[in-house]
Amino acid sequence: MKNRIWNPDMECMSRKDLEALQLERLKALVDYCDKNSKFYHDRFVKHGITADKIKCLSDIQYIPYTTKDDLRDTYPFGMLSVPQKEIVRVHASSGTTGNPTVVAYTREDLANWSEQVARIAYAAGATDESIVQICFGYGMFTGALGLHYGLEKIGATVVPTSSGNTEKQLKFMRDFGTDTIVATPSYCLYLAESAKERGIEFPMDSYKLKTGLLGSEGCTPEMRKQIEESWGNGFFCTDNYGMSELNGPGMSGECIYRDGLHINEDHFLCEVIDSATGEVLPKGSTGELVVTNLTKRGLPILRYRTKDITNLNYDTCQCGRTTARMNKIIGRSDDMLKIRGVNVFPSQIESALIGITSISPHYQLVVRREGFSDSLEVRVELIDASLLEIYGELEKLRKTIHTRIKNILGIEIKVSLVEPKTIERFTGKAQRVLDLRNK
Amino acid sequence: MNIKQLSIFVENKQGRLAEITETITKANANIRALSIADTTDFGILRIIVDKPDEAAACLKEAGVTVSVTNVIAIGIDDNPGAFSRPMRLLSDAGVDVEYMYAFITRKSEKAYVILRVADNDAATKVLIENGVELLDEATFHELM
Repeated sequence: MKNRIWNPDMECMSRKDLEALQLERLKALVDYCDKNSKFYHDRFVKHGITADKIKCLSDIQYIPYTTKDDLRDTYPFGMLSVPQKEIVRVHASSGTTGNPTVVAYTREDLANWSEQVARIAYAAGATDESIVQICFGYGMFTGALGLHYGLEKIGATVVPTSSGNTEKQLKFMRDFGTDTIVATPSYCLYLAESAKERGIEFPMDSYKLKTGLLGSEGCTPEMRKQIEESWGNGFFCTDNYGMSELNGPGMSGECIYRDGLHINEDHFLCEVIDSATGEVLPKGSTGELVVTNLTKRGLPILRYRTKDITNLNYDTCQCGRTTARMNKIIGRSDDMLKIRGVNVFPSQIESALIGITSISPHYQLVVRREGFSDSLEVRVELIDASLLEIYGELEKLRKTIHTRIKNILGIEIKVSLVEPKTIERFTGKAQRVLDLRNK
Repeated sequence: MNIKQLSIFVENKQGRLAEITETITKANANIRALSIADTTDFGILRIIVDKPDEAAACLKEAGVTVSVTNVIAIGIDDNPGAFSRPMRLLSDAGVDVEYMYAFITRKSEKAYVILRVADNDAATKVLIENGVELLDEATFHELM
């Protein structure tokens, strides 16, 4: 893998210069919002904020947070800061509950977005010689078009296959010599498995796939390994991150060293906060990521609460970039449980359970208050009946699960084996936590 | 000389044993012997029924975790030392006993013990060679 940097001026500038640029852009943004956004103007008046109050980056703390509810409450165009004729594109997020969140872009916003995506795509190995298949669904979702424009910007040959139709995806891959794929980790894995199934007719060496830009859902190191091994032939994939409220993909992405996701900090000012108290945490702490999009004008967003839990590393990477790197998302602040003072995420339990085949992938966390102390019960479904033969085997399974989870969380837990299909199934986002502490 | 036994995972919650045994009733299977090993949150119910395959199928359909295994059943005379003898034989032959449970019948003076051992063939061999009564499936069900 070659280390490539699309915009060294911006990606490798000294921290001092970068922070000066961020401050300059932040001041301009606050001034812009005050003058053009009714939503922010009203907020600024209420909190006594003006652009000249921002003298250093930490003065951003005067500005209240923006939440997904703000976007929902102003649905569809209440947060626009330009006349509608200036808007050249609209996207919306799925909106599992209530109104979807709508985002809008000026021509300049789209240019900035493309630049951001170009950087992460280039860092991940795409070049002007690449043939890229985009297997994200096109439409209101920002993923497909975001990557599309960014990849066109670097001069790659873009093949907008969209999602689904595995047969066609594989045919184009073989016939076009597609070497780069944009997909969710799970679809990328599914395609590899489907390709293998057709191995007699089309052996794996009929594919030239070398690079994967995976995103839109989390990818554990174990899963990444599985994806790379399934495609074989030196296939290398990286993770990238973004959300429609902050343009879409392109906020951050991994370089070839895969030691955190480089944030395009000249465009995004990031903070990490305690999601319970809203207090800004010191550099390096783990907490909820809060992002200000410094360059967006159509629908500006200040201090957006992503609800994603991560931490930031400001050390210069071996790739040469000076931009901060965010760790893979540990979990969602919505899902976070505080048990005996320890932060617990369902995703941590999930990773502990991976690879244990005698239980189903469904689990439930039950939190109780016993006396003055919290207790956590992890309920898993036993599916391997052969373990019933020897009681010790069941105890061994329980011990294995117990040890794995305890090693990750560092707190005492109770593991319960339950009958199959007794843990409720959810078609959408799983509700894995039953918190009985205040009931 | 093996007899089929059902091992059933039973969560420790009210009514679960009733539901499971009702499911066995649906298969029209008659329970001949049973044992339950329990912990605080679950138990393993082990039963010998006259229609093991039908009962297992019915339970599986109801979503119950169940396995069918072969166990052996021996007849024991009603006098002191009658049970220790086969235990000694198994021990000397190096056959581990995982668990066991006993039952009696109206048709015989003997007591019967279901044994789950690590190696059925080795156990069967040493017990038969030493004149211990082993029941096959047909004899077992005739006794009932």
